[in-house]
Amino acid sequence: MYNSSSPHSASSPHSASSAERTLVVLCADWPAVATARPVKKPLVVVHANRVISVNQGARRQGIAHGFTVREAQAHSPAVEVVQYDQQRDARAFESVLAAIEEFVPRVEVLEPGQCAFPTLGPSGYHGGDRALAQLVLTRVQTAVLQTVVQQTAVQQTAMQQTAMQQTAMQQTAVGPACSVSVGVGVADGPQAAQIAAKESILQSHHSGSEVSQPVVVQTGKTAEFLSPLPIESLGVSTCSTQASQSAAAEMFDVARRLGIRTVGRFAALPSADVNARFGNLGMSAYRLATGFETTPLNLADPAIDFSVEAAIDPPAERVDRAAFVAVGLAEQLHAELAGRGLGCSRVLVVAETDAGDRIERLWRHEGALSAADIARRVRWQLDGWLSTGASVRRCSGGVQRLQLIPDQVIPDTGMQLGFWGGTHNATERALQALARVQALLGVGAVKLPELRGGRSPSEQYELVPIDAVDISADQSAAAVPSSDRRPSSAAGPWPGRLPLPSPTVVWPQPVEAELIDVSGRSVGVSGRGVMSTVPVHYRVGLGEWQKIQHWAGPWCIEQRWWDAIGHRRRARLQVVSGAAAHLLTLEAGQWWLEATYD
Amino acid sequence: MRVVDPKKSPEAIAHLRTALAPTRPVVLAEQRRLPLVQAFQEVFPGGGLQRGSIVHVSGAVGATAVALAIAAGPTQAGSWAACVGVDQIGWAAAAEMGVQLQRVAVIQTPASSWATVTAALVDSFDLVLCGSQHAPSAQEARRLAARARERGSVVMLIGGETPGLARSARPWPTLADVELCVVHAEWFGIGHGSGRLRQRRITLDVGGRRGMSRSQRLELWLPDASGCIVRAERVQGSASTELTPAVGLIGTGLRDAG
Repeated sequence: MYNSSSPHSASSPHSASSAERTLVVLCADWPAVATARPVKKPLVVVHANRVISVNQGARRQGIAHGFTVREAQAHSPAVEVVQYDQQRDARAFESVLAAIEEFVPRVEVLEPGQCAFPTLGPSGYHGGDRALAQLVLTRVQTAVLQTVVQQTAVQQTAMQQTAMQQTAMQQTAVGPACSVSVGVGVADGPQAAQIAAKESILQSHHSGSEVSQPVVVQTGKTAEFLSPLPIESLGVSTCSTQASQSAAAEMFDVARRLGIRTVGRFAALPSADVNARFGNLGMSAYRLATGFETTPLNLADPAIDFSVEAAIDPPAERVDRAAFVAVGLAEQLHAELAGRGLGCSRVLVVAETDAGDRIERLWRHEGALSAADIARRVRWQLDGWLSTGASVRRCSGGVQRLQLIPDQVIPDTGMQLGFWGGTHNATERALQALARVQALLGVGAVKLPELRGGRSPSEQYELVPIDAVDISADQSAAAVPSSDRRPSSAAGPWPGRLPLPSPTVVWPQPVEAELIDVSGRSVGVSGRGVMSTVPVHYRVGLGEWQKIQHWAGPWCIEQRWWDAIGHRRRARLQVVSGAAAHLLTLEAGQWWLEATYD
Repeated sequence: MRVVDPKKSPEAIAHLRTALAPTRPVVLAEQRRLPLVQAFQEVFPGGGLQRGSIVHVSGAVGATAVALAIAAGPTQAGSWAACVGVDQIGWAAAAEMGVQLQRVAVIQTPASSWATVTAALVDSFDLVLCGSQHAPSAQEARRLAARARERGSVVMLIGGETPGLARSARPWPTLADVELCVVHAEWFGIGHGSGRLRQRRITLDVGGRRGMSRSQRLELWLPDASGCIVRAERVQGSASTELTPAVGLIGTGLRDAG
């Protein structure tokens, strides 16, 4: 059995012994409270045209969550509509957190208006969970009240209007502690405690009392406490995202239609059936319902921001000036990391120019980057961006702000290089070099050959920019069976493709060629693929005439005959002169040297 | 009566070998090699290309094919290869020879930044293929060689000429550690208006310095009828009748005033 609203009943001395015991403070309708307006005057906070929070005045008018703005105004024409602002909520909640931090050093904020902390230490100090909960409740109510009054006062001075009258009204409005419903719940685990806190607010609403009482669930009694509650109360805390909330609502709807209306009925189901019917979401709700909640509080220190930046004034037009600043920054970053025994294996270099460009690049290193390493990488990057000349100029103006953001911070265990450099990962190193080349020459300068199907040699592969390829995915291909050397991707049915072997040299631009017979007449190919005469000599460009010793072909190909523009008719011929073998192509009466079997 | 010196008995030697094994250095510089495909393994000491060496592939024909055949081994073993200044390689043929294209990067660079880019590539790639489109100065080439030696990568220069097309303005300075020269090549399977280019037999002179100083001659099918690279038998016993030699020596191609 659980003790609900009987504050003076002695809480179990063992209740504080559980490590998971958690206290949750819940301020109902925090977005409305955070606006710091008089509570009697109807006010709604809306997000995406839906009411998400109402104050006391609006509640009395019958406005509830989920109303559209128009519905709310229909209920009360005088209602004030305020847009939702998460920052405002968080800002206002700071004072509440400050009040709680008098009890415990670390508090987890579940969302603005809700926070949790483990009760192990403080409840032992203050004489049990119930005493602690009562204390926290009083302190939080005071803090909330102070904030509201202060903020209202600030707003009023700013507005400078009918000061006396307003203040009088404020005092009547926010005077009693009831103006903000604060609930405090203690239970085994944050989710159960959240439900307890919510229950504490609901009880005060039902009893009509102005001050809520904390709800303390004794150790091991979570399931009993939850048992009589409607099943929907499990959804309060288990889901955080919009998608999982709607999924949970659907699940509870199904459960209700199956006749499972309370948490107790849900907990009585066999777990295998719950898992089979409702999956992961169902199981997390089931664990909560049976009192085996597993979600731990996240009380880790907030991540430290190690990023360093420097403004360069006047903006650096030359690499050496920017690099000089970069060296200082790199040393600063390195010192900061090294002071905590950390290293950084990826660093993001961000440069902003006075023309408003922002350019950034991520550098990686298999060990931890030393200060000199970082500085060198910044220099490479700026080299590519600032130096003109042949490389692709990618930024206009000079660099006016430089920022180094360590992207992967790792414990600096030192790096043992192989005696002959054996510890390096070939792919990592290659990517690093390619990133550097890209910084020098531009993104399009680095390409990877990729096999494509095609009929002519130049169509069988394509050079694709490296940014379009996911290289890390290819690492598993390191062990390709050596017997399977033939490429399979190009194997598709390509009628008219040339027989293997493929030419080892494919000229990027075909070169004009001439092909003649004994009498010097140019050789042609008829529409039926018949040579007009026997080829005897050929020449490439204006070079010397070569005698053809062997030849084979022609292989005719007609592509896109249905397309007036893309239509191509070609005949291919292999010719051998001496040791050299070439692939000649005839198109529209002109021979071309397309490829060479070098 | 034969007295066997116990110190020379095979068991004693084997015992000494195992006892000494832990005291040997982990790996010697000359043992650090990039693996090669089977056909080349016998001519290269240790069966691979010594890291840090410069390889020069030359010959009027066949240089590209030999270079690709050599690149096949390292890329299959997980090394990356970069190609700089070689725009005309037919990658379909490279894939047929066993080059793993997913570990090949092609870099197109203007002549002015060629040296910087190549230096960056030599730093991190195991194999860098350089075409003869850009020829560095003697100083640049020396610096590149020193860098390759320090970083343990192999730089392969693809020389060669193609009739009618001038490839290079000036030759590479000669500092190659390994010289591969195609001295003879002939195609089989092609007739007069019949057949097709099916297989090629090439003769390769392998020489150089630093362990490669002994000049050797290698006969290869590049490719053979099934598209593989295999060593050709020296004695061509009963060559099948369909193997019609297509061609004679290089340079004997008849010229005609046209």
